[in-house]
Amino acid sequence: MHEMSLCEGVLHIIEREAQTQGFGRVKTVWLEIGALAGVEPEAMRFCFDAVMRGSLADGAGLEIIAAPGVAWCLPCGKNVAVSQLYDVCPNCGSHQLQIVGGDQMRIKELEVE
Amino acid sequence: MCGVCGCGEGLNHSHEHEHDPQHGHAHEHRHAHAHSHSQHHHHHEHALGPEHAHAPGLTPARMVQIEQDILSANNRYADDNRRYFGERGMLALNLVSSPGSGKTMLLTETILRLKDELNIAVIEGDQQTARDADRIRATGVPAVQINTGKGCHLDAHRVGHALESLNLPEKSLLFIENVGNLVCPSAFDLGEAHKVVILSVTEGEDKPIKYPDMFHAADLMILNKTDLLPYLDFDVEQCIRYAKQVNPKIRVLQLSAKTGEGMDNWLKWLRAELDLQGIGYA
Ligand SMILES: Nc1nc2c(ncn2[C@@H]2O[C@H](COP(=O)(O)OP(=O)(O)OP(=O)(O)O)[C@@H](O)[C@H]2O)c(=O)[nH]1
Ligand SMILES: [Zn+2]
Ligand SMILES: [Zn+2]
Ligand SMILES: [Zn+2]
Repeated sequence: MHEMSLCEGVLHIIEREAQTQGFGRVKTVWLEIGALAGVEPEAMRFCFDAVMRGSLADGAGLEIIAAPGVAWCLPCGKNVAVSQLYDVCPNCGSHQLQIVGGDQMRIKELEVE
Repeated sequence: MCGVCGCGEGLNHSHEHEHDPQHGHAHEHRHAHAHSHSQHHHHHEHALGPEHAHAPGLTPARMVQIEQDILSANNRYADDNRRYFGERGMLALNLVSSPGSGKTMLLTETILRLKDELNIAVIEGDQQTARDADRIRATGVPAVQINTGKGCHLDAHRVGHALESLNLPEKSLLFIENVGNLVCPSAFDLGEAHKVVILSVTEGEDKPIKYPDMFHAADLMILNKTDLLPYLDFDVEQCIRYAKQVNPKIRVLQLSAKTGEGMDNWLKWLRAELDLQGIGYA
């Protein structure tokens, strides 16, 4: 359940931004979570509500934007779509894949007041 | 308690990372109100009217772009730790596994073989007890216990505090024994040179594809408890194939912490990696 720490990381960033950007309440939080980031969206939602309780984002909505997994295949010399870290290249069957997208977990934007 | 971060550590530490202007403690950033908002981020107002024209009790909503990695705070602490290790020519290894793989036994056996030759210390991550740290201290090397409570992994900030209290000599070998958990620690960079994943042969050969994140993040896999192979139907070749499927670059060592079989190669790897740290490349 590292989703709990991730949500604490989100709250930490929000609190800091509230100081620098001058907002008091957060209504909605948009996160971008890659398919290969090892994050369970359902666990994230569960932890999000618990971690935000009593904070300036108490009761805020959580929007999760899914980002697809992309890997660079060495034999093919191009990017291919993958959905798991153990996937093989869909073109050539190689394991020589380097993840180039879909491992991110980012906070994108906030709706605040 | 650490007054900078309120993190519960009771040390007179210098908190090296507090000088980092990016370090995310909200109270350090109050001055930022003096700047225009646009210096930080681009705002696009929504249809709710200008933000300064609000009537009492009615605050207009607006969108704020943030675009930050959720792990950015952890990663900055990890960079501090990495710099600390680099400046001292230290080798730090982050040992990860499921519970009971034999991490602590591997450590105690390793320490007994190397402690006359090298400076060694251990940071022990444990949810509740100090048992593992006690086992390490019994070998005669310093160990710091980090109780994570409900937390299922170590983070770079707490490791940084542990480093302050250890105050290790140059060229030390530092083992960080993470919480027994094959999922969560994979996401948290501690500033280590390598994650080393320990898998025991009693766990089944499909662990690398069941927990791909960890095997993807590790540079070395240690297959422990090989003394038990005659009694099991664990397929070593298949296990290694799975691990390389997840991470083509992963290296594999097979050993038994209990009988000592295969330990020599592990000790050679440790000495070689520690030598590499001593080169002092930028
Ligand atoms: N047969 C055999 N048993 C081993 C070996 N290494 C460790 N063990 C046993 O495995 C059990 C667990 O070992 P520990 O060293 O406590 O494992 P750990 O990974 O530190 O456990 P946690 O701290 O709970 O995650 C103990 O009973 C050890 O004696 C080995 O190489 N062979
Ligand atoms: Zn967890
Ligand atoms: Zn290919
Ligand atoms: Zn601190």
